[in-house]
Amino acid sequence: MVIFSKNPVHSVLWLIVVFFAISGHYVLLNAQFLAIVNMIVYAGAIMVLFLFVIMLMNMNADQEPNKSKWMKMAGVVSGGSLMLILVATLKNNTAVAGGQEAGIGLIQQLGRTLFSEYVVPFEISSVLFLSAMVGAIILGKKEKGIIETNVSK
Amino acid sequence: MPINYYIFLSVCLFCIGIIGVLTRRNAIVIFMCIELMLNAVNLLLVAFSRMHHAAAQSLDAASMAGAEAQIFVFFIMVVAAAEVTVGLAIIVMLYRNIHSVDINFLNRLKH
Repeated sequence: MVIFSKNPVHSVLWLIVVFFAISGHYVLLNAQFLAIVNMIVYAGAIMVLFLFVIMLMNMNADQEPNKSKWMKMAGVVSGGSLMLILVATLKNNTAVAGGQEAGIGLIQQLGRTLFSEYVVPFEISSVLFLSAMVGAIILGKKEKGIIETNVSK
Repeated sequence: MPINYYIFLSVCLFCIGIIGVLTRRNAIVIFMCIELMLNAVNLLLVAFSRMHHAAAQSLDAASMAGAEAQIFVFFIMVVAAAEVTVGLAIIVMLYRNIHSVDINFLNRLKH
């Protein structure tokens, strides 16, 4: 549904549905903190960002030019064959994801692990966030200068 | 619940993402398909974390193995959020330049 709907807004909405389903799977897998983070970050922030950009571009019409049939067919066939190969490779393992004890997915245990063993990647990711923010602002700002020079011409 | 189901679900999600990247030409839809693939990998990591935790708990009841995978998933989400920020900024800039998000206009990046 995400890839077959012509309208990008519908595609975003279906992707939100997929993300909520994945959050439900996280809860089933004893990863409650990740479920909440997934719901907030992905289904909340990132999808709102996508919707905002799509509505900013005003492309609710299906103005996507058609690719040739053969390219679509080749893409579907290659993706499907990759899925067949992966399924055929992985179908023989019989390990069971059992266990009923919760605990590793809660915030207490995750926070203890995060701030005892993974402090340095945590700080590096914060620097990455800062650089991504600055990069996005610069990318959005430089273009405005060009438009203003075009207008002034 | 066998972990096979989660492996198959992740493979299905990942291949749907690949098909979307290969068949669509809208840059934003391609971007969302990349997000879908990242989430498939995240789901697989959490499933393996659960399996590892169950296996370690059968040996030692107080074991907390498996939390590292969830930390990794957390970092994957962080990197994906940063990537989405920069990518959407690039797409907006592209749209301002050529008034389209068709990736076929990107075959020559100069001019």
